[in-house]
Amino acid sequence: MRTIVCIKRVPDSEARVRVSADGRGIDPSGTKFVLNPYDEIALEAALQLKEEAGDGTVTAITVGSDDAKETLRSALAMGADDGVLLRSEGSVDGLTVARALADEVSGRQYDLLLFGKQAIDDDNMQVPAMVAQMLGLPCATVVVDLEIHDGVATAKREVEGGHEIVEFDLPGVVAAQKGLKEPRYPSLKGIMAAKRKPLEEKDIELRAPKIELLELTMPPARPEPQIVGEGPEAVPELVRRLREEAKVL
Amino acid sequence: MADILAFAETRDGALRPVAGEVVAAARSIADQMQGQVLALVIGGPGSTEAASDLARYGADRILVAEDESLSLYNPDVAVEMVASAVAGATPGAILFPASAQGKDLAARVAARLDVALASEVTEIEVENGQPVVTRPMYGGKAYGRFRFLESPALISLRPNVFPASENPRAGTVEALASVAVERKTRVLGLEKAERETLDVREAPVVVAGGRGLQDPDNWKLLEDLVDALGEEATLGASRAVVDAGWRPHSEQVGQTGKVVSPGLYFAVGISGAIQHLAGIRTAGVIVAVNKDAEAPIFGVANYGVVGDLFEVLPRLTEEIRAVRGSDG
Repeated sequence: MRTIVCIKRVPDSEARVRVSADGRGIDPSGTKFVLNPYDEIALEAALQLKEEAGDGTVTAITVGSDDAKETLRSALAMGADDGVLLRSEGSVDGLTVARALADEVSGRQYDLLLFGKQAIDDDNMQVPAMVAQMLGLPCATVVVDLEIHDGVATAKREVEGGHEIVEFDLPGVVAAQKGLKEPRYPSLKGIMAAKRKPLEEKDIELRAPKIELLELTMPPARPEPQIVGEGPEAVPELVRRLREEAKVL
Repeated sequence: MADILAFAETRDGALRPVAGEVVAAARSIADQMQGQVLALVIGGPGSTEAASDLARYGADRILVAEDESLSLYNPDVAVEMVASAVAGATPGAILFPASAQGKDLAARVAARLDVALASEVTEIEVENGQPVVTRPMYGGKAYGRFRFLESPALISLRPNVFPASENPRAGTVEALASVAVERKTRVLGLEKAERETLDVREAPVVVAGGRGLQDPDNWKLLEDLVDALGEEATLGASRAVVDAGWRPHSEQVGQTGKVVSPGLYFAVGISGAIQHLAGIRTAGVIVAVNKDAEAPIFGVANYGVVGDLFEVLPRLTEEIRAVRGSDG
């Protein structure tokens, strides 16, 4: 099994987000960055497929700044064999990132292209299906179960009120949803080994975006919170306010 | 002047609730862009009849591809159907629901047409005849405002945010010719959940539980409240209880689960981690029940009750049954 896993460096889900002074992005100072949690799941799936097959490779690829090398090292520490940094400033337009990834992988040999279902910074949830469309590959997004036998992938997709079962011949694209695999913690041995694994760096020029971020702002304030009361005695008043004030019951 | 194409999702030959939301939103921006609304429906037997209902939400024309072979969503087929509808219309924008199907298809269409897509949009304005959209990012911790540099503008709409307002138009139904496509992805079937409930992202009312419930068996208390609230309500869960294996992943609310926008959200025994609070920020009314008066959830809840949920919840269920019962 030769798998390519596309990953991204993102602010930790427990991090607070502050908008930068120019209103065009976030202020990264003091923010903890991590390997996108859905990409960790995709990487775990790739590692298990390789282990089950008994041979193969797992390559991690990212589009990002020099800081993303740290994220690639995290992927190598989990067990990826090699990493590729496509160095660029990144883009809010998922299409330009998808194009860069499609160009990179089209020169490579692989059975499966794995992604996390979305990056938890831009929340675009676009790139996996875009790459599949660009490369003319079959694709399953929001995948919670994946089996591969004799060159055929069977995937279970999480949809509203149930699951869709799809299959396709390899090579193909899969985007991991939570539940697919439980990501491992890198071992100390893995972390040491990661330092010696190959990490290729390429400078790339992203295509001009077709969408422009005009402004990033903090979310609108919510109404002033009210404590209705304590214990079950507060319930009648709560229900009254839900009916008469909020009109939601 | 530009027309708006609205992808109206179906299942089992019936419109899904998001279909009305997407067509009504398309109507609103089409009026501002002096264009028509073209609703697009792809589905199995019954879809044509179901689609005619889209006239209510403001569709001027309804393009329908109905065939047994279209009963289940196939991305390879759907992307070419949308492309063929676009070729005959030159729309200024194409709207999709930000559902599992809508988001998959929208990304395919963006790559197919080589235009940008804004996902999970919660607001659309029209400025100088062009759509400008706002969308939550970072799981809802910040909001981005975007403009499109090329047409058509592809937009997926967060479920439960845009009202399915009625604004009737002619809604002429036309058959959309099928397109011959190689199906690289073979869709084998749809397994429906045992208990058919609304998805946590689409339900108007969500009752979510956290660690405070202490044991998965105690979910009965939340289920009782859901029952009392009626068929519009469904269950949600915090990341902690999903990670503990108490509840399925599909119910997880938050930045690393589902970002939700119900009209009414109950957070029961959920203290309110940053990623959870981000994921419920666009909810209408938030009610929190927690024994810890200092819990962060009370900082965002419209209404809070401090107390033991094992005492508060049964009383709440009882009171809601009583008031809903009295309404008839």
